[in-house]
Amino acid sequence: MTTDVKFYQVGSFAVGNRLLSRDLRTVQSEETRANALTCGHRACRGCGEALGARYALDTAIEATKGKLVVVNATGCLEVFTTPYPESAWQVPWLHSLFGNAAAVATGVASALRAQGREDIRVVAQGGDGGTVDIGFACLSGMFERNDDVLYICYDNEGYMNTGVQRSAATPPAARTATTPAVGPEPGNRFGQGKDVPAIAMAHRIPYVATATVADLHDLEAKVRRAMELRGARYLHVLVPCPLGWATESDETIKIARLATQTGLFPVFAAENGDVVDVTPIRHHVPVDPYLEAQGRYAHLFAPSRRADVIARIQAEADRNIVRYDLLGRRGGT
Amino acid sequence: MDKPFAITLDVGSSLVNKTGSWRTERPVYLDLMPPCNDACPAGENIQQWLYQAEDGGYEQAWRQIMLDNPLPAVMGRICYHPCQTACNRGQLDEAVGIHSVERFLGDEAIKRGWTVTVDIPASGQHVLVVGSGPCGLAAAYHLRRLGHEVTVVDAQEQLGGMMRYGIPRYRLPREVLDAEIARIVGMGVHVRTDTRVDDLATTMSEGGFDAAFLAVGAQVGRHTEIPAGDSARIIDALTLLQQASGDGEGPQLGQRVVVYGGGNTAMDAARTARRLGATEAIVVYRRTRDRMPAQPEEVDEALAEGVRMRWLSTIAAAEGQRLTIERMELDGNGFPQPTGEFEELDADTVVLALGQEVALDLLDGLPDVDVSHGVVAVDDNRMTGHAGVFAGGDMTVGDRTATTAIGHGKSAARRIDAWLRGSGSPGGARPALAAYERLNGWYYSDAPATVQHELTTARRVSTFDEVTAGLDEETALFEARRCLSCGNCFGCDNCYGVCPDNAVLKLGPTEYAVDLVHCKGCGLCAEECPCGAIEMVPETT
Repeated sequence: MTTDVKFYQVGSFAVGNRLLSRDLRTVQSEETRANALTCGHRACRGCGEALGARYALDTAIEATKGKLVVVNATGCLEVFTTPYPESAWQVPWLHSLFGNAAAVATGVASALRAQGREDIRVVAQGGDGGTVDIGFACLSGMFERNDDVLYICYDNEGYMNTGVQRSAATPPAARTATTPAVGPEPGNRFGQGKDVPAIAMAHRIPYVATATVADLHDLEAKVRRAMELRGARYLHVLVPCPLGWATESDETIKIARLATQTGLFPVFAAENGDVVDVTPIRHHVPVDPYLEAQGRYAHLFAPSRRADVIARIQAEADRNIVRYDLLGRRGGT
Repeated sequence: MDKPFAITLDVGSSLVNKTGSWRTERPVYLDLMPPCNDACPAGENIQQWLYQAEDGGYEQAWRQIMLDNPLPAVMGRICYHPCQTACNRGQLDEAVGIHSVERFLGDEAIKRGWTVTVDIPASGQHVLVVGSGPCGLAAAYHLRRLGHEVTVVDAQEQLGGMMRYGIPRYRLPREVLDAEIARIVGMGVHVRTDTRVDDLATTMSEGGFDAAFLAVGAQVGRHTEIPAGDSARIIDALTLLQQASGDGEGPQLGQRVVVYGGGNTAMDAARTARRLGATEAIVVYRRTRDRMPAQPEEVDEALAEGVRMRWLSTIAAAEGQRLTIERMELDGNGFPQPTGEFEELDADTVVLALGQEVALDLLDGLPDVDVSHGVVAVDDNRMTGHAGVFAGGDMTVGDRTATTAIGHGKSAARRIDAWLRGSGSPGGARPALAAYERLNGWYYSDAPATVQHELTTARRVSTFDEVTAGLDEETALFEARRCLSCGNCFGCDNCYGVCPDNAVLKLGPTEYAVDLVHCKGCGLCAEECPCGAIEMVPETT
């Protein structure tokens, strides 16, 4: 999502700017932002999920003028924010089990409707484990019933707080505690995984979108759009994990940016099952710098370069580029 | 026991967790040296005035320039802008058109009548400035702002030195020069024109001057031995430029003019010859284009106006209208060597543009002033061997450009002030350079430089109208906003936005602080700062 601003110092890529009018700045640039997730939480240094959650919820709070209830699945995001009796949340927040966030959110939305308080909106959120694996049945049910919930998945591609185990969102060849870098095909197996945005689109729910912590303007626009709609909505946010991906804590945003600029993580939005918006790649790069920056792929570069494996990952990126027209070759929007 | 079922503890906030104790490095905001400022011979704080101009604060921006350079409208035209050569944006798309924004601000100041006042009490001391070129005027201006009485003496009829008598009108319209000089004189600078200082010691004692600053420039055209018959018409480039500098008719040069030399003065002379009616202007230079001392854009503009170049050539002899040209070739060290091959070239006039030397006769009464290699020797404080006599500009060592001269004038004024007041030498440590590698290029969108409109070639060869037009406000603003603000915060809110711990505080527009109680030291703010103005510094304990 690019904004048509005649402003060239930082265009529309930075968080804000003194020269931009208020409506062109992000929610995050405001001194008055809600800080739904405040300081003192126990996420690792440079945590992409903590950042993504604040980005998304601050926008949702602004879009709903503070009338928001958040339901959280078990996972890093729950563990590092709410060790009993503390909470880092500055928003009405509810946690039940690992697998039932979508079902609980459905219940909250139903209860609010029964009370005639449909002005209060519901967001459910979880990591990829609680979404792609453990909570998948509840999530699909929520989509199928078209319950009035925005479900946000913060995808860090594994079970990180329990010690970096593989999830169905872990990418091929990545090293985790359960997919060690040994044998002729080291790391996670090559396969389809579970492409939850595509699965959500197959339910033809009103809104499905992907975003990353590397493009704040885009992420905020998608949360705002989601809150304009009613019914089941799904937002899939890529949030790099310095611990599980073995990256430096200051590289979180850079890694997310590389994921989009290689084509490995396509950024798009779909309404009622059809893609309506694609964020084109701005500076196209091969997958190598993305992989090389992460310790979980170190075995692809040492002791010898696994050109065969890298080529398969590159093929995945190239497939996304064609499928979503990420280089804008087909013209149009 | 008033707690709900199964609840035994009060609800707490995560704010009590002092996660700052995890930190091994802390983010520190820096003000680094942008490459433009680093390269500016006048020491302008370019990044700062572009920043001020970016939100339309033109007067504030102009006042920032005026802290260093009293002639923005002039320099925005004639400076060779080393700032743009150094500009980091050049590595991204194209350098910021700093020069054209400076000119816009200078012109705006003239249009709006902005002036500068002397805001400190009079020191009671009187400084003599000899020479009213860019160096002398800059020194006079800064000395005046520092509270001193200043008298400028110049041998010519009008102030301005080479800016008036050397630089052609098509590069610097005289009304612009007059306006900026009038503003300096209007600050209470005493002026004596048509006065040549022959004996500095006497002039100083008779006038009761406490110090003197010499900036007479290099005004004597260098000559070369050309065996020439009586009938050959040979003139000096400086004489030509001076005769053509006023509103009256210039000298008659004839149809075909040969200019000998390869510097900026040679280009000015050739272009002036075209404007004076020469159908052919040919520059004869002994080396190749890439070894010419002239600025590339000067050469480009001359070629565009139909000036022809003869590289690797020297004039061996002149007889009547016939020149003998010897072809040269470069040896292994790049020096031209004669080949013994000759050809002939007709010329109505030969203009010598072989460099300039300093006239040193005014120092005759001051034997303790050292002169070496034809220029006056000065120490780190720009003082000559004679206490209280300072010098700068072309008569001392340095690049012979107007901007360097302005820089000399400024630093000399500050040092003369320190000397007069008996205080220490001014100037602090230079911050580290904001190199391109420090920037995060992702955040800057692509935008090419605004090209200053040039008069059509056909029109400019026949007139002395200004060749390069200025920018209008919209384009000047656009150009200013292309600045990357290297190494200096411009308030993009990235650090405030990207902190996963909400530990960067935004105190107001462009003002931030780090909550060190909660900052874990992840370094995302520093990594994602577009302009490299945050550094991670190791914690000491």
